[in-house]
Amino acid sequence: MKIRAWFDSGSPWIWLTAGMVSLSMIMVFGLLMLIAVRGLGHFWPPQVVAFEYEQGPGQVVSVLGSPVRSETVPGLTLREAGYVIPENVELARRNLIKQGNRDLTGRDFIWYPEDLTGQWTTPLEAMILERREWGDFYGFLRQVKEEGLVVGEGFEVREELLRRVERANELFTTINRIERYEIGDLNRSIERIRLTERRLELDRDLEDQVREQQLTDLQEQRAELDRQYEVINTRRLDLAAQMRRDSLVAEAMDGRLVEIPLANVVHAFWPNSMSLTEKMGHYVRTIWNFLSGFPREANTEGGIFPAIFGTVLMVMLMSIVVTPLGVLAAIYLREYARQGPLVRLVRISVNNLAGVPSIVFGVFGLAFFVYFIGGNLDRWLYPESLPAPTFGTPGLLWSSLTLALLTLPVVIVSTEEGLARIPSTIRHGSLALGATKAETLWRTVIPLATPAMMTGLILAVARAAGEVAPLMLVGVVKLAPNLPVDGYFPYLHLERKFMHLGFHIYDVGFQSPNVEASRPLVYATALTLVLIIIVLNLTAITIRNYLREKYRSEGD
Amino acid sequence: MPPAWSGFFSVRHPPANAIRSVCVRHRKPQTMNNNGVQPLPSDSSTALDRLFGAMPDAKARESLRKFRAVKDVGAKYFVSSSGLGVVLALALIFIFLFAELAPIFAPAEVDVSTTYIVPGGVDQQTLLLDMDRYQEVGVRYRKDGMVVFFDLASGDPLEQVAIPLPEGTRITSHAHGEPRSNLVALGLSDGSVMLVRHDFDLDWTDDIRTVLPKLEFPFGAEPVAVDDRHGLLSHLAVQQGAGGTALAAVTEDNRLLLSLLSAQVSFMTGETVVDAARYDLGQAPGDVVNILISSNWSNLFLSDQGGTLHYYDIMQPKKTRLAHSLKVVSDSSVSITAMDFLLGTVSIALGRSDGSLSQYFLVRDENNNYFITHVRDFERHHAAITALATEYTRKGFAAADASGMVGLHYPTSSRTLLLKKVVDRPIETLAFSPTNTALLLQDGASQVRLLDVFNPHPEASFKALWQKVWYEGRAGPDYVWQSSSASDEFESKYSQMPLTLGTLKASLYAMLMAIPLAILGAIYAAYFMSPRLRAIVKPSIEVMEALPTVILGFLAGLWLAPFMENNLPAVFSIILLMPPMIVITAFIWSRLPKSVRLFVPDGWEAVLLVPMLLVLGWACISISPFLEIWFFHGSARQWLTDVGITYDQRNALVVGLAMGFAVIPTIFSIAEDAIFNVPKHLTQGSLALGATPWQTVTRVVLLTASPGIFSAIMIGFGRAVGETMIVLMATGNSPVMNFNIFEGMRTLSANIAVELPETAVGSTHYRILFLAALVLFALTFIVNTAAEMVRQHLRRKYSSL
Repeated sequence: MKIRAWFDSGSPWIWLTAGMVSLSMIMVFGLLMLIAVRGLGHFWPPQVVAFEYEQGPGQVVSVLGSPVRSETVPGLTLREAGYVIPENVELARRNLIKQGNRDLTGRDFIWYPEDLTGQWTTPLEAMILERREWGDFYGFLRQVKEEGLVVGEGFEVREELLRRVERANELFTTINRIERYEIGDLNRSIERIRLTERRLELDRDLEDQVREQQLTDLQEQRAELDRQYEVINTRRLDLAAQMRRDSLVAEAMDGRLVEIPLANVVHAFWPNSMSLTEKMGHYVRTIWNFLSGFPREANTEGGIFPAIFGTVLMVMLMSIVVTPLGVLAAIYLREYARQGPLVRLVRISVNNLAGVPSIVFGVFGLAFFVYFIGGNLDRWLYPESLPAPTFGTPGLLWSSLTLALLTLPVVIVSTEEGLARIPSTIRHGSLALGATKAETLWRTVIPLATPAMMTGLILAVARAAGEVAPLMLVGVVKLAPNLPVDGYFPYLHLERKFMHLGFHIYDVGFQSPNVEASRPLVYATALTLVLIIIVLNLTAITIRNYLREKYRSEGD
Repeated sequence: MPPAWSGFFSVRHPPANAIRSVCVRHRKPQTMNNNGVQPLPSDSSTALDRLFGAMPDAKARESLRKFRAVKDVGAKYFVSSSGLGVVLALALIFIFLFAELAPIFAPAEVDVSTTYIVPGGVDQQTLLLDMDRYQEVGVRYRKDGMVVFFDLASGDPLEQVAIPLPEGTRITSHAHGEPRSNLVALGLSDGSVMLVRHDFDLDWTDDIRTVLPKLEFPFGAEPVAVDDRHGLLSHLAVQQGAGGTALAAVTEDNRLLLSLLSAQVSFMTGETVVDAARYDLGQAPGDVVNILISSNWSNLFLSDQGGTLHYYDIMQPKKTRLAHSLKVVSDSSVSITAMDFLLGTVSIALGRSDGSLSQYFLVRDENNNYFITHVRDFERHHAAITALATEYTRKGFAAADASGMVGLHYPTSSRTLLLKKVVDRPIETLAFSPTNTALLLQDGASQVRLLDVFNPHPEASFKALWQKVWYEGRAGPDYVWQSSSASDEFESKYSQMPLTLGTLKASLYAMLMAIPLAILGAIYAAYFMSPRLRAIVKPSIEVMEALPTVILGFLAGLWLAPFMENNLPAVFSIILLMPPMIVITAFIWSRLPKSVRLFVPDGWEAVLLVPMLLVLGWACISISPFLEIWFFHGSARQWLTDVGITYDQRNALVVGLAMGFAVIPTIFSIAEDAIFNVPKHLTQGSLALGATPWQTVTRVVLLTASPGIFSAIMIGFGRAVGETMIVLMATGNSPVMNFNIFEGMRTLSANIAVELPETAVGSTHYRILFLAALVLFALTFIVNTAAEMVRQHLRRKYSSL
């Protein structure tokens, strides 16, 4: 076959179209792989390497840290960046080393050109401390101290150190609980007193005497609360002092000896001397901590539990709103409305609302829900808190409603499709037996259409879980001090702001002071979000395909 | 059988049972046993008794029937009303967005609130009027040095303070600083200047607001000498700046003088020590009408009787020179009658005797020289301009003329918002309230009028939003979006053009990436791909569609952008080499022996290409550093900059790839649907006539499906236009006006996301962001509706074929 003939057959163009499909597939799976590898790899205990680095002519420093990634760059780029690279080096490899110790060196991620580094070694005794402040510490354990007195020295006191870290962590949890619940309780009571006072002042019908009397009562209550606070605070300070009892002395990579209070240590480990099982244990534990913990250090460390919680709660609230509304609208459009050009127009419009940019819904939510409805609610229900807004500010409720509006078309379209798919024989049968229209709908049609509604709902949930832009206007924050659900009446605080996985990605990835340190967490967060959404979508797809098959056979 | 009967059963049993129970009545009881639904005793009469015994009597049946009918109607109304409610709620979005925008179009209004005889006596001339920000107390400076504070609503004098003028002097000229400084300078006949500041304190005793006026002397109660020769000061300008107060004066014998004052309150004595630097700037050109000095102490403007505007550069007072003069009247019959700085003392508003109004400011040329430049004219009044009043917090101003007409003008939007006759006599003095909501004027018959001004959104106009605007300090008209800044004197720039262009730019690059991939891919998937492969590919594409855009944006911004910056040659070599490499691979495959080729059946080519593409990508990335060394002197990015192309790390290419990725599934699904549903007999006919599969695709399938493909592209475009997170994260969000692939952009949607949470509710900026939202809404809605109509039309066509 001649080339000309081969071209005439159209075969190359078919291959070209095939190539586009391959490319799309490579992109999808490549992207998922990228997120998965980066997101999951972060939790594996990193190897710690030590090497000598020639900073300048004759200046050699020793470096301890874990390699993050490496890349090949033209020597020129490095020379321009100020590295002393020999002129004949055209291409140089450089390695990004995470060396921690932000408090000592100022920078915890540094590029080292390979040409200037010596042999890499992996010292068994190298220790990584996960700290509450200043990020990780890399170094060698030298001493463990109690109240300033040395209780053990060297690598061998590891067990002792871990025990003491454990103790400090338990105390930390206790203090945290006291702060969160006991002191939180008091603060809440004091705030309630303040609001009651304010309400009394605003109440113009009240007689002065009564008001005075009540105000005095409130003052007494407040004094009592202050006394209670003193007691709790003494206990808290006592615990804090106990927590600060122990400390460790470690040698950083530049030979400096650093004393670190164990109160500041979350976890200590020696990755180079860990066995595979230990590493796996560490891996599972860090993943669990990530999923169940609260964020630290401007969200660059710690866990994402509040974000997962916020996302799930918001989506649940949204489902509660969107399902009945969407289903009712679909039933109306399909069963009750007189089918004609007008309903067709409405149907197309509803369908197209799904294509309207989500940010537009956010703008609407901000103006209508937050400022208009929320502002008026505040004036009627919470005049004593003004000018501090209660509902007149972005919050969980408004986010759920906005997203409900956003996903309404998805539910309507899907439910309508489900209703349309139900064979008319079933409907006719029911009507022929004398059932009213409502009875037919309620007892035959809707039960059969439930799976379609479920599909719509799941698709809506998947869309809502990934939507960020409107939420930036109507309710998410980078760090919410409290979860929207707690043990205080009314338990579910709809007015609170909340954290969201998607916004967490945006915030940590782009607003964080230390991008390099937070990057792995962003990948891990992204992976969590992707997994949630893919699972939801695959469920929806499976249900839909199953239903199609089912009704195809029943309808025939 | 009465309907109630079957209904009775259906109420108590699920419908399926009802069907069976109905059958019972016509069959023998035995059959029923076989049915096994309702085991009854074999005695049929007992069974029927039971059945009928369970029947309610006629009355109960009647009420039950009624109840069911009510329920039915109730359900109908409930579902209809809530369904309609939901549909209306969705429509509400559009209405509400528009309602938030609408106030921008509301016209300005000016109404006379009260009128009274000028407080403090009609015999003395009024130098100037002012009022406090709550519009309760007014202040009037009299020619004899008396300051009268009066109740603004009634005109009753509250307090009179005499300015301590030295014996034997009188006020010969006066000037005021920027309105918000409340600073007034009074030039005296002995060549000295009295500086006065009126101010208003607030008292909140018993939660009731009382405005307490007061008069201050920032440079002490003694006049400050300006002229060594004690000449009479005929014209005066004053301005408070960062370093103190600047005074410019023209004496009777036409000498131009400049004094820079700074006052320090002495620690020990509490006295005010005035430090004055005096400069003689020489003879003033012509007969001076007006003199103005800018608050940064670098520009001095002077207008003369001949209608010429002069600009002195006083940046270094000792080297002051007349830098530029410009004739600002058309002919000699017209003269300058009023002149004042707008907020920020950069622009000059200038009124003439023929009622015309213009704006001037200094524009810098290439040699760093400044020239007075005519920027724009405003709508003309019908009589000579007599007074100007500038707004406190915006760049606008009000002008009054000899016919008693007041006009509201705004420079940035080139708008004259209102021209209204408020009195029948010439207006002599005019003042704005600090909140821009009231005007105070005195007419030729010593009548004072307080006007209510409603002018909330003068900044917005079609021109300000969509056309080139000459902003203060710029070399020429331009499209700029810059909504806010740290300074109060900032001129907000609300041009929608950079944002619209940015939106189009982002969508354009996204579509460039997405269209070939999605459409070609859809052709293959719909027409050539084996069903088993399709079962894998289609769900993958659906997963791709469901990926949150925040994840795509984050990968684009944090992973792709730095990667591309370091591997620029790799990116372009992949894009360029991929199509030929695919064709070459196909050719090699066709040359292979048949036994090998049969190994992979038709419809699986895509799988074969995956390893090839992976190898190609890997190879391109590996040789990328070498390409940089060979062709770009070591760094492609640096090379681009040297060539003169701006390179941002987060640029349109990154956005194009990421957003292209986001819209591929949308386009792919719809296009694939359209192609797949082309009636089979068309393609079979074509193949039967001897066309190759590819010929069938291009000449039959694509032609038939082209409306569907078109609508797929439209919907993809609609999605790209509104996408927020990817653009927000993968561009620098700088509002640039170009299509450079290596620069970023700012889109309408990202702009809303960034700025709406920060802006003041109800401000012009807020409403303009609503306009952007409305534009996005309308655009996507129209595009989607058009696409949907095309699809429906296509569906009908297919079914008729």
